[in-house]
Amino acid sequence: MSTTDTVRRPRTTTDFDEELIPRYTFVERVNHWFGAVTYSYCLITGLAFWTPYLFWLAAIVGGGPTARFWHPWFGLFFTVSQFFMFLHWAGDMEVDHDDRVWADNIEAYINNEDDKLPPVGRFNWGQKIYFWAMVGSTILLVLSGFVLWYVEAVPWSFHILRYVAILIHASVALVTIGLFLIHVYMSTLLEEGSFASMVYGTVTRAWAWTFHRKWYYEVTGKSRTKQ
Amino acid sequence: MSQASTEIIRISGHTGTVPGAGLNREFQVCKLVDTTTCIGCKACEVACLEWNGYTFSETTFDNSYQTMPETAWNYWNLIKFNEHERDDGSMMLLMRKDQCMHCEEPGCLEACPADGAIVQYANGIVDFQEAHCIGCGYCVTGCPFNIPKFSPEAHKVFKCTLCNDRVSVGLEPACIKTCPTGCLHFGTKNEMKELAEARAEQLRTVSGFADAGVYDPTGVGGTHVIYVLHDAKNPELYGGLPKDPHIPYSVWLWKKPLKWLGNLAMIGGIVGLALHYLRVGPKKEEPIPPEDRGPS
Repeated sequence: MSTTDTVRRPRTTTDFDEELIPRYTFVERVNHWFGAVTYSYCLITGLAFWTPYLFWLAAIVGGGPTARFWHPWFGLFFTVSQFFMFLHWAGDMEVDHDDRVWADNIEAYINNEDDKLPPVGRFNWGQKIYFWAMVGSTILLVLSGFVLWYVEAVPWSFHILRYVAILIHASVALVTIGLFLIHVYMSTLLEEGSFASMVYGTVTRAWAWTFHRKWYYEVTGKSRTKQ
Repeated sequence: MSQASTEIIRISGHTGTVPGAGLNREFQVCKLVDTTTCIGCKACEVACLEWNGYTFSETTFDNSYQTMPETAWNYWNLIKFNEHERDDGSMMLLMRKDQCMHCEEPGCLEACPADGAIVQYANGIVDFQEAHCIGCGYCVTGCPFNIPKFSPEAHKVFKCTLCNDRVSVGLEPACIKTCPTGCLHFGTKNEMKELAEARAEQLRTVSGFADAGVYDPTGVGGTHVIYVLHDAKNPELYGGLPKDPHIPYSVWLWKKPLKWLGNLAMIGGIVGLALHYLRVGPKKEEPIPPEDRGPS
């Protein structure tokens, strides 16, 4: 049992290990935080509409009517951020063979036994799944969101659309909340250096080597012979 | 109930009966619309506008007598016209006064997320409290009768109040007050139900409408607006009155199982992540082994 009892290698990083290498461009970071803020607004207001127990959340963003007015607009702003994230990162998000092996051994990742996993590129399998799930969810949320936004524009003879939209919007939002919780937890608490990378745009060589080894080889030109 | 403290049930040292004892108060109100005696004069439409303080809006002509295709946020009472050809080739002009049905189980109220925006009174009236309405439009989705309408000006939703302001001071609704043919009636639910059944019976036995009946749909627990129809088997003929209205299944799924599953999942997720952190702790970067270093 486990990991917490495992004696780790002594952590003697060198100056070389601590040198910074760029991971996210300024534009990528601005867009990420634009997405983070707009998603958070939709999350807070959406939860207020979701259950009376959380209706008070609407008060912290200006009250129910204000929350209702801005929720769809912030949803559109979030969609814009998703569009740019797609442009920035879609190319790095293709799931490859190593990712599938990684996914089959995800238990090791959950138990912080990362050395048992195949080397990871710029993004790992979890990040890739998160990315594609968010892109897909955003499309569904926008489509169903328009129906809820202009519900009376749906003619009565098509009012089944209203029923479908309300279920899709709520269920997909729940899926994104699950993903969002994991994303925030991993990037702030779990993986040290992740949060800073999205703020400053840089990571240490050791961070890159530890968590994204293929990417480390790629950007530093260092490669073991067997690679 | 404040009325209960003026109502005597026992009197000390008193011979004879107790005045008012055993009185059966009926709180449930009901509007009865007898479509068979409606002449489509639209006086009720005007009375509704006048009492509720709206001006007459532009009408939409679509080859019928109907004022507009459906009720609007500032037009709560609309007579729906349908030229119906009967099996024997004769024509009937079916007219039905459309307005909020004041369901016993209101789908709008079920769907509404805003505290206090929709209330149901003990007399059966379902009333929107615009001060608390956030204008989300969920009630529009929840209503099986297509009644709540969003006001782009107010960013809030409006509908017929069954003249709650009049009823609460002992007056009948404005539409009832103005109806010249007496096809509109107002009273307790039981009285109206009796009156409606009697009229339907008359239509069946005397007037030759074998399918005449009363529309008081059970799918929404009964309504506080009921209709007498010549053809109760085909309510759709009367401007799309739904045959079996009920709270939409998706609204039920969304508000009951999905909501509780979602809440449990969210709480479970947060607890799970916290436990994970306590169990395995953070992932830390490792020193790079010599073979992966080298001059840069």
